[in-house]
Amino acid sequence: MRTLRDVAIGSTCKVKRIHGEGALKRRIMDMGITKGVEIYVRKVAPLGDPIEVTVRDYELSIRKGDAELIEVQE
Amino acid sequence: MSIRIALAGNPNSGKTTLFNAFTGSNQYVGNWPGVTVEKKEGKLKRHSDVIVTDLPGIYSLSPYTIEEIVARDYLIDEKPDAIINIVDGTNLERNLYLTTQIVELGIPVVVAINMMDVVKKRGDKIDVAELSRQLACPVVEISALKGTGVDTVADMAVEAANGKPTVPQHSFSGTVEHALAHIEEAVVHDMPAEQQRWYAIKIFEEDEKVLERLNIAPDVMAHIKEDIASAEAEMDDDAESIITNERYIYISSMIQSCYKKANKGQLSTSDKIDKVVTNRFLGLPIFALIMFLVYSISMSGAALGTGLTDWANDGLFGDGWHLAGKSEYEEAMDTYAKEYLFSNVEFKETIEEAVAAEVPGAEDILGAVEDGSWGDFEEPYEFFADSLAEQGYDISEYVTYAMGDEEEGIEPAGEVPEPENYGTWVPGIPVLIGNLLEKMGANEFVTGLILDGIVAGVGAVLGFVPQMLVLFLCLAFLESCGYMARVAFIMDRIFRKFGLSGKSFIPVLVGTGCGVPGIMASRTIENERDRRMTIMTTTFIPCGAKLPIITMIAVALFHGSSLVATSAYFVGIAAIVCSGIILKKTKMFAGDPAPFVMELPSYHLPTVGTVLRSMWERGWSFIKKAGTIILISSIVVWLGSVFGYIDGQFGFSPDMELENSVLGMLANGIKFIFAPLGFGTGVEGIKATIATIMGLVAKEEVVGVFGVLDFAGLTKLAAYSFLLFNLLCAPCFAAIGAIKREMNSAKWTWFAIAYQCVLAYAVALCVYQIGSIFTEEMNVIGLIFAILVLVGFFYLLFRKNKYDENHLTVAVKKTKKQMANVSE
Repeated sequence: MRTLRDVAIGSTCKVKRIHGEGALKRRIMDMGITKGVEIYVRKVAPLGDPIEVTVRDYELSIRKGDAELIEVQE
Repeated sequence: MSIRIALAGNPNSGKTTLFNAFTGSNQYVGNWPGVTVEKKEGKLKRHSDVIVTDLPGIYSLSPYTIEEIVARDYLIDEKPDAIINIVDGTNLERNLYLTTQIVELGIPVVVAINMMDVVKKRGDKIDVAELSRQLACPVVEISALKGTGVDTVADMAVEAANGKPTVPQHSFSGTVEHALAHIEEAVVHDMPAEQQRWYAIKIFEEDEKVLERLNIAPDVMAHIKEDIASAEAEMDDDAESIITNERYIYISSMIQSCYKKANKGQLSTSDKIDKVVTNRFLGLPIFALIMFLVYSISMSGAALGTGLTDWANDGLFGDGWHLAGKSEYEEAMDTYAKEYLFSNVEFKETIEEAVAAEVPGAEDILGAVEDGSWGDFEEPYEFFADSLAEQGYDISEYVTYAMGDEEEGIEPAGEVPEPENYGTWVPGIPVLIGNLLEKMGANEFVTGLILDGIVAGVGAVLGFVPQMLVLFLCLAFLESCGYMARVAFIMDRIFRKFGLSGKSFIPVLVGTGCGVPGIMASRTIENERDRRMTIMTTTFIPCGAKLPIITMIAVALFHGSSLVATSAYFVGIAAIVCSGIILKKTKMFAGDPAPFVMELPSYHLPTVGTVLRSMWERGWSFIKKAGTIILISSIVVWLGSVFGYIDGQFGFSPDMELENSVLGMLANGIKFIFAPLGFGTGVEGIKATIATIMGLVAKEEVVGVFGVLDFAGLTKLAAYSFLLFNLLCAPCFAAIGAIKREMNSAKWTWFAIAYQCVLAYAVALCVYQIGSIFTEEMNVIGLIFAILVLVGFFYLLFRKNKYDENHLTVAVKKTKKQMANVSE
């Protein structure tokens, strides 16, 4: 399974499915990461985690651990 | 009848700016009941009968964060007459997500699209008429920052409040609508018609808070669950996610017909700034620089913060201050001191001998004498004169000769310069009130109560205000320009390891100067759990007022070794880290963690008004809420210190010896508690206990009560244990007041204080008892206890987190599913 964590910086991917449940999953989806949306991985924080992505035209930061819940295809 | 309008919108959508534009200065700031979320209300300008409530900034009406629960409870239970939904026009898609939920509530909605000036500048186009048609509610273009469209929105909302509720236009896919129809029919048909859809959707989502409230009959629920399960099976997702997905699909279609972006893929100014500021390599240096600036602006000597605080403490609430001509007075004092004191050969020789004998403090005094500076001489002299005298280097008679002694009736040798005669001298409030009381012929008790109890207490509160206002100004700027979110982004990796937020960095940093603004700075942390944890641990770091204790012990017993101070900071940081790890595994901090899925808002220059208002609101809330606690505690401690036994009779005396006071008796009664820490026995024990109690008024008081001389009676180990306890135990009343203000709960305040005291006791106990192995005072029983405490500490530190959210909930849900499969 390829997840958002595996996507190289500077490339774009498409969300296939969000795993997990409850508060975390709802939060990820509330912020606009839903099935079929395009995500551009912009950069990684100076200490290596979290990452910054562009989704639905705005900037979002997400921890690598949480990014693993987001299954993507390129 | 008055109209109530709620203002709802995403964080960073300009909600606060719009609220300020609506209400002007006519605001009331409080808290939502029982939580630390701020509640603001105000009267709408030009409509005195309209009350606007500013809801917390939220992305959704999910049941998972306190802000969201507060907002939806208000909207459902209080049913405001209208909702103004502020939407960031530069970020339309995600902002409309909340809109789709708000229009389902059965309340008239007016949508205000903010930042239209930025949208137009970019060349983007929003078809407002079409958007209004699709949402079936009025849509207005505004710019809260520039003030355009604000009045129109206000008028429309007032008009809408008297009209019909907004009816949601969007429909979900067939399967979902089918299930919703069933739910409406089965459960919610006897509810107000306009709220039915909201409840039906929440039941479909199996929203725990709503289900709890509705208390649906089990057989009906089972029936509904079948519908939900079949929808879930068909759409291959859980019900909650289906709804979220459907909403975004609907928004995407709406965006396509209403929104035209001029240039795709081009970097905006904000993007360009961000490229540098959170750059992989430049990010940390820039962060360090900004933090250094924040710290130095609010704390360092030359900067406004300390200057103002010193003025408030020593000037306004001290003897008085020079409006002008301060340096002339100081020069005159130097000249006078040189002539009558510093030039005295015997005087100087005595100090030189003391320096040779390595008496603590003598070096500082000698330095001041050689520089000929009275200001530099006065402070160490007051501090160390007694210990010099004790060791046979008495210099007090030379000083008395030069400066005189009012109480003993000794006239000074020459004419001592009076501050009033230089420049413009303004007497301090205590002096003014003291003079007034003298004229009125008030007795000693009343004078003491007013001057030492009340005025000193008020002074203690207000003394913090200037530096806090400066700090709040910095914080307000960082928050509203968008950098604060980047602080969390940059520091998250380190701080989340011990249950804190990346934004906890600022409270801890500020806490090295003063814990009070440090605690108040935790306000910028959105997540309540992280915020509470930060409030509880911030004061472990040695603040400015604890430095004199460290210095004194270092000077008195460790030859001024800088290792003492270094170790104090190390212990402080270790206390924060260990507390974070221990506390996050406790029940109080258990539960679902706030996911760190955080928006990084666009950078923009905030308005002066917004920043100043935020600064003032926080400052005022400190004065009001924390002030009461500080004032009352100061008075109580003062009363305890002036009442006591004089020659066997209970009474009042302004010059009560602390040992004979009520405070002293109390200390004598409880000093045994500190015996296992090495400073709870004998006369030193009483004094050390009093010092610890007085430390609650202000940490620097510890030094005032327990001077250099007293430490002679303690071993190095006991003194270090005393230091550790006073560093880590409950902070001063001012900080406790700030904790109370920020926790907004008596239970949490007590928990925080108790935790700090217990930790301080455990650390001091372990250090003293285990350290005693290397001395002759080893106590086997004490040692066993200390080792037990240590083992318990390590257990708490390294035990498995049984509340580990991710793993546990996943496991439980898995077993639930398995059981469901089996029963099928």
